Order: sequence, then C-alpha cells, then structure tokens
Amino acid sequence: MIVSFALGPLSARAQRRRRGADAALPGSLGSSPMLDSWLRIDARGITVFTGKAELGQGIQTALIQLVAEELAVEPAAITLVAADTARTPNEGYTAGSHSMQDSGTAIMNAAAQAREILLGIAAERLRQERARLQAERGAVVAPDGRRIAYASLVSDRTLHVSAEPGSPLGDPAHRRVMGRSWPRIDIPAKVLGEAVFIQDLRPVGMVHARVVRPPSYEARLRSVDDASVLRLPGVLAVVRDGSYLAVAAQREYQAIIAMEALARAARWEEKGSLPQQSRLFEELAEWPSRNVPVAARDAADGVHGSHGGRTLEAEYRRGYLMHGSIGPSCAIALFDRGALTVWTHSQGVYPLRNALAELSGLPAQRVRCIQVEGSGCYGHNGADDAAADATIIALKLPGRPVRVQWMRSDEHLWEPYGPAMLARVRGTLDERGNIARWEYQVSSNTHSTRPGGARALMPSWFLERRLGPSAPEPIPLPAGGGDRNALPLYRIADLKVNYRFIPPMPLRVSALRSLGAHLNVFAIESFLDELARAGRVDPIDLRVRHLDDPRAVAVIRTAAERFGWRKYRRLDGRGKGFAFARYKNLAAYLAAAIEVSVDRSDGTVRVLRVVAAVDSGEAVNPDGIRNQIEGGILQALSWSLFESVKFDRMHITSRDWASYPILHFKDVPRSIEVEVLNRPGHPFLGTGEAAQGPAAAALANAVADAVQVRIRELPLTADRIRAAMTPSIALSLGAKDGSNARV
Amino acid sequence: MISLLVNGRAVAVDDDPGTPLLYVLRGTLQLNGAKFGCGLGQCGACTVMVDDAAVFSCQTPIADIAGRRVTTVEGLGTRQHPGVMQQAFIDEQAAQCGYCIAGMIMRAQALVGRSASPTDDEIRAALEPNLCRCGTHSRILNAVRRAVRARQAAKADAASSVGARGG
Repeated sequence: MIVSFALGPLSARAQRRRRGADAALPGSLGSSPMLDSWLRIDARGITVFTGKAELGQGIQTALIQLVAEELAVEPAAITLVAADTARTPNEGYTAGSHSMQDSGTAIMNAAAQAREILLGIAAERLRQERARLQAERGAVVAPDGRRIAYASLVSDRTLHVSAEPGSPLGDPAHRRVMGRSWPRIDIPAKVLGEAVFIQDLRPVGMVHARVVRPPSYEARLRSVDDASVLRLPGVLAVVRDGSYLAVAAQREYQAIIAMEALARAARWEEKGSLPQQSRLFEELAEWPSRNVPVAARDAADGVHGSHGGRTLEAEYRRGYLMHGSIGPSCAIALFDRGALTVWTHSQGVYPLRNALAELSGLPAQRVRCIQVEGSGCYGHNGADDAAADATIIALKLPGRPVRVQWMRSDEHLWEPYGPAMLARVRGTLDERGNIARWEYQVSSNTHSTRPGGARALMPSWFLERRLGPSAPEPIPLPAGGGDRNALPLYRIADLKVNYRFIPPMPLRVSALRSLGAHLNVFAIESFLDELARAGRVDPIDLRVRHLDDPRAVAVIRTAAERFGWRKYRRLDGRGKGFAFARYKNLAAYLAAAIEVSVDRSDGTVRVLRVVAAVDSGEAVNPDGIRNQIEGGILQALSWSLFESVKFDRMHITSRDWASYPILHFKDVPRSIEVEVLNRPGHPFLGTGEAAQGPAAAALANAVADAVQVRIRELPLTADRIRAAMTPSIALSLGAKDGSNARV
Repeated sequence: MISLLVNGRAVAVDDDPGTPLLYVLRGTLQLNGAKFGCGLGQCGACTVMVDDAAVFSCQTPIADIAGRRVTTVEGLGTRQHPGVMQQAFIDEQAAQCGYCIAGMIMRAQALVGRSASPTDDEIRAALEPNLCRCGTHSRILNAVRRAVRARQAAKADAASSVGARGG
C-alpha cells in the first residue's frame, strides 16, 4: 500500500503547466486573467504590473527580462509597477519562493499572448500574412521593411481581453534576454544613496512616531503620566489606547527622546508566560499537540523490523530564530477624508489591506496599501505590524502622514520568530546497507501567523478593544509548514512521517525563510550521514542510491565534482560535509558541499569553502540565482553557527545585536561557489529558500567529519562542540539526552 | 545653529546639538545614504565619513563635528559618474536588499583612503563592524577588492602619463 499525502496532486498540476495547452491558465493568470492587469502598452512604453514585491531577491529584474524576451524589446523600455492594491493584481504574499512560478509564469504568458495580438493587428494593417511578420525592438516589422511601433497598434482596449492558455512562448533555444545575468535594475540607486526604501519617503507634512512597547508579551499598562512628555520639544501627541502607547513629534529624534521619556513614565503590570529555556525541548515534547500525517508507505512484503541491518535513532533540534532585518520595520500612513493610504514593506499588500480595514473599521475599498522596498525581511517580520502602528496613530492625526520607525529592540523583541523545532528519526539499514525503514516525527508551532485579520497584527493585542492572537493552523501540504520537507525525497519503501503540530505559542512565531525545511533538512541530511557512517558507505553514494530523479542526482554530482569530493585529502581538524534537498519536494534542487576546520582547543568552527549546485528550472537570471543561493548559504550558516533567541520566564532577552549575535565578516568563508544548472524551457522552480536546509546539514556533517562529534542541536556553537568533544564537560552541562554525541 | 560641511556643501542646521548626525542627515538634510539600523553602533548601516574616518552617524552628536567634513554615499558619485567604489559594487552586483550597502561602501571608502593596497584580511577587518543579513558578504569583499584594483590601475595610468609627459 502506498499513501502519499505530499506529492500526488501537485506533480499533476506541474505537468499541466508545462504542457501549457491545457485549460488551466498558467501561474497567477488563473486568479487575474485580464491581460491588461499585467501589461499595458502605450506611447510612454511598456508597463508591467506584478503583485509580487521586491524584497532584495531581484525579482523585478527577472520579471522585466521575461517581458523583454517575449515582446522582443530592450529591458530598458519596460517599467515595472509592483504590489499596490490600487494598481496591481492580487497575488497574495510574496513568499514561499513563488514569485517566478506564479507571477513570472503569468507575465511571460501574458506577454506572449500580447505579442500574438500585436502581430494579428499589424497583419491586417499591413495586409501581410501574419507568419511573415516579426516582432522586433518594440515594433512589428514586415519583410519589405515597413514597421509599426507597438504603441501605434494598440488602443486602451486592445489588451483588455482574457488570458488564454497555450500562447506560443519564445523558443528556449533562441533566448535573447532570458538566461543572461542582466544587471539588477535596482542596484545603482541603492549604491548611489537615492530614495529607494520606505525609510526614504518624505511626504509633505510628515510627522514621526514611535511606539512604547510593553516590556513583555502579557504586560498591561497600569498608568502613564504623559504631561511632561507633551511639553518636550516638537511633541504633537501622545496616543494611548488600552495598553497601546505611542508618541508623535515633528522631527525624528524628537520622537525618540519623547518615546524614551514616555517609557520612563509608564507603569506596567507583567506576568511570566515563557517556558524555561534550559528545558525548552523537553517542554516542547510535552506541549499539547495534534498529529498531522505527512506520509505513510508500507513495504510491499509487509515485513517490519526484520531487515537484518542496524537501526539508528536520533533527535535534532533548533531554537527560535530571528528574521533580524538590518533595517527595523517602518510604515507611513495617511488618514485623509475618510480614506487610509499606507506605504508598507509588507509581503502582502492585499491581505494587509483587509487586516487594516478590520483594524480601522473602514471598508476595504477605502484602504490602499502600497508596497515600498524595506530592508530584507526573510519572511514575516515586523512589516505588517508597523503598518498597523502607523494606521492606529494616523487615525488620531487626520491629514498628517505618520511615519512609524521601529527601534532595534522593537524588531528584536516583537517580530514573530521562526519556531523552535524538534525532530525524532529512526532508520534501519538492510543487510546491503540500503535504507529499509524510516520513521520521522517533527514537532513545532505553526509556521505562519500572517494576516489574516487584524488579530494577526501585534499592535492590536494591546488596544482597549483588545484582539488576542488568532488561533494557529498548520499550513497544508504539499508546501507544509513545520512539515515542509519532512518527507525525504529518497526512495524508502517502508516509511512513516508525522507532524506534531503544537497550537500553544508562548513566543510569537511565524514564517521564517524556508519554514520547517531548515530543521527538517538538517535532521534528514544529518541522519543520512549517520546511516552512511553506520553502513560504511560514502554519504553521497548512499544518497544517489536512493534517488530516482535524474535532476536531483545531477545537482549532487555537480556539487561533488566541483568540490573535489572524491579526491579530498583531510588535514587534521578539517572535514567535509554534504547535503541535498529539493525545496518543498517540488521547487529548486540544491546540493551543497562544505569544508570546515574546527579548533580542537576551543571548539570554534571556521567554514573554509562552500560549493553548491542548483537547478531552478529555466534560469531567467543566473547571477540573480547565484546571489540568492550565496546569500541563503551565508544566512543559514549564521543561523546554524550562532543563533538562538534567548529568554527568561518573563522577557525575551535577545534585544540587540550584542545579545543576538549573527555572522560577521570574519566568519565568511574564503570561497562560495554556486553552479547553476540551467534548464531552458522547463518551468521556473522557486529558489530563494532552497539553500537554508542543505547549508545547515552540510555544515553539521563537515563538523562531524572533522572532529568526530555529531552535533544534533543548532546552533553549532563553540561551547557545544567543545562539550561534545570532552565527555566530562558534556555531562556537567547536562547533555543527558544524547542529542550531541561522539561518533 | 550648527555648521556642518556635508559632501562639500556648508550647511547650518537648527537641530538640538545633542542630535546624532544620522537624524540630521536623513531628516533636516533629506539625504538617504546613511540608514538607521540599530541606533547602538552595532550594525554599521549608518556609517559615514567624518574627515577621513568611518564613523557610526547614529552615535555622533552634531555638536562634536561642527565644521568637520562629513561624507555620505551621495558624496561619492552620481548616476552619470558613480564613484570608483560605487561602480565596483554595481559591477559585482554586490547587493541584495541593499539596506546595508551604503554603510559598507563608506566603511570601504575610508579603508582605501588610508591604505592603497589593503590585504584581504585588512579588508575583512575594516568591514567587521558592519552587518549584512542577506548574506552578500562575499560579493561585498569582491567589490572592495575590485575598487582597490581600479584605484591602483588609475594611479598607474596617471603615473605613466606623467612619466610620458616628463619624457
């Protein structure tokens, strides 16, 4: 019997998309089918509309390349408008590495259909056979040299037609713009210091606000004497609503001074609600939960537990992780004549609009959300909450654009963290050293508390008309949340995978880049290495033996060759590690090899070099993919070497970069090499999150190879490694559970 | 009023003398280069140059720098003529979200001002105070190396043309 919960329906859909001739409209055209909601052509040029936001991933450049390719124009002739509820299609969230799959696919097909429409009109005008006409540099050209510019072919209504499936896409063998590392359009402005970020907007009459946050999640404001604050220079208003407290001033630094004074004047009532950090994983194992089955397969012979080989068991852990944007969240809101306009770096302007409508009591049509770039977010950070702050304060100051800038501690203490996770795995090797049996259980909170309604906006929890957090739900498969990538891609006949979904959330959590895939891939790929060691087989051979997908094997072989896996000669204290995953089991394939050195005296890890190979389907901008993968690797190394949110029973204590250290330049490997396996003509596969899990696992595997200790709890701090190398220290630190061990 | 010399331009500002330079640059002078990151001198997003040294503008009250030369990333070049360091960051595509980049550029600019041919370790050490969360570090290092090479090449050109004239 085979019951697969994870892969069935999607692969069928993916195939339909690939054929393109099916009734289903490709990408986001399904939800926004009118061509002119994606593409407009007029005398000013070509304008492309996307519901997906630039988050620093270079999406705008890639989308422009698609249109340039299909419409045969130069990228410079194209203007892009992104994520504005008054102008662009509703594409939900810019998340889950979906931008190229959804928006990219829609825009490419819309552009191809538009080109066919233009050719058709030109054929009539020129009295030429359509097949003899060419689209070229923004015009349709006849064999006799006559040409009509696109703008002269279209009226307002030309592209006001519904998308059709099966528009002929350009020939993958003759790409002109796609597949090239086009320089990103947004980079010059960023290095020149032009106005790019939401922080750089300065609407006329703008005032500056700061919020005085409660000292802890459950705190309530008992009293505040704001008289002295109101007398400070530049102060315009103190806003108090229940336990919500904020101040607005003319100038930014005046607002900061006033915020500090207001914080001193506030009296809070607190109660402890956080788990004991030293027992976090024991507690997590006991928290109430419900089981979400991920996959179950029985071996054909129905024989259990008699495979004759060895059975291994292990438990892998990670603590809470921060998004840690370098620029704290920011928003500007203007409430004017009954309408609310909010400039935000949210990942989802449409869902945010609905949440802000609920928060403000305004009808959604009176709320407009406009996305402006912020600092990189890597998932659900404080962006939406800052928009709520700006809304709450702007409603009290009608006619004035209110800018709210979070302080560093606002972001560190109040952003929703990537949840702590725990995975238990048991695997059995048969007598030939193959994996005969696999049992896996992962435990964690939800990995999304995005809006949703106003309840998802943290500031609403403290208003007089208090809205508590909304009830969490697991993200359904195949994408999954805590169970994202919990199912290994390896062929294992006898397999059981379950997700222990934990509703109570003592710390605020939500989507962090790759969601559960970081811990799941860390666990699966660490355990693969443990099995390989037990079976005395090369870890790459063990992986390849259990893979049927040639694209998976191709990235593994490429990374191994570029790294020099076979001919590697180990120096003392050095080691090599390998890992592979296909993100969500349906997006980009990625394999990574890492070399580390470990200082035996103190346990310090240095990552020396990283080699990765990635298959993202057709690569629209290979350097954009490399940039994302390099960044994903370094960020995952930072998470996995240094990071875990600290707290006591009452307070989060990771309140700045000193108390939540991340990767610095001294920690950066000498070399990071990313090989992009381009697959022209194949569907785009989401890439932005593909590196997080493999980088973590390859790191742990390299450490195990270097100093023969297996660290199963992230981060791989020097203390933890030193303790594992010295059993006496391990005992004194209470590592009784065997989560880290000599191998 | 406090007088400042920002990107070669003399300005007088009426902000409180205790106001950190960052807020004067961003607010009163409407410059975008220096970014607010932490307000604690822990991340370097606000880095600018005062005279020839890189400083955290979030930690520098304007009273302390009256009359001294302040350079922000806007002072290094323009669209038509980007500075050598800016061009190197463009050429290496050394940005993801880009929020930390202006601070990185200013930190690197101060380095190449005091050392014509910094080693790799010196570049890393110089950039150490600045944080990047997107993981653009290796591209940033490549960009600084490229700028160092470009400056050296420009100097060599200048020297050889002087030599040619002299000969």
